[in-house]
Amino acid sequence: MILAKVIGTVVTTISHPHYKNRRLLVVQPLVCEGDNTDEDFIALDNTHAGIGDTVLVNREGNGARQVLKNPDACVISVIVGIIDSVHVE
Amino acid sequence: MLFGRVHGTAVCTMKIAGTEGLKLLVVQPVNRKLEPVGALQVAADVVQAGPGDLCVMVRSREAALAMPEIRFVPVDLALIGIVDELHVLPDGTFDLVMKKGSTSYT
Repeated sequence: MILAKVIGTVVTTISHPHYKNRRLLVVQPLVCEGDNTDEDFIALDNTHAGIGDTVLVNREGNGARQVLKNPDACVISVIVGIIDSVHVE
Repeated sequence: MLFGRVHGTAVCTMKIAGTEGLKLLVVQPVNRKLEPVGALQVAADVVQAGPGDLCVMVRSREAALAMPEIRFVPVDLALIGIVDELHVLPDGTFDLVMKKGSTSYT
């Protein structure tokens, strides 16, 4: 799982049935100092996160299928938590 | 999961069993600013997208799971949604660098 920041929303009226009635958000991973911040990807929202929230993202299909309780879901990235605080040594 | 812009269609008459009837599209992966990332790729389509459409794509095993009915399909990129609206805040709006020590995000 990774820490990421929600930076955008995606609206799709035509989508795969597994994505119906769920929100897609654009997220950018948080990085350590000196690392490239340019990466971004799309994640399915499972926690009612919004733009500006720091979130926990599961980027693995099997975990996503467990979260969505659908053994056939074609979802890889799913937001599974909203981060309150982080402590880095 | 990533964005892709449809650039055209791919047709192949000889293909491996399981992929018959699948619509193949040539797509360019793009980032949040809709700038091209990497080379053109071929994706299987389940949402009837057309050239010029901005789509949401899914990679790896989940692409095979996106196919209707058929299960073991040798597909590694699938289009699973057509983007109607995309709202992304400009770069620099949020600080993406984690600082040492405690940081509160609420």
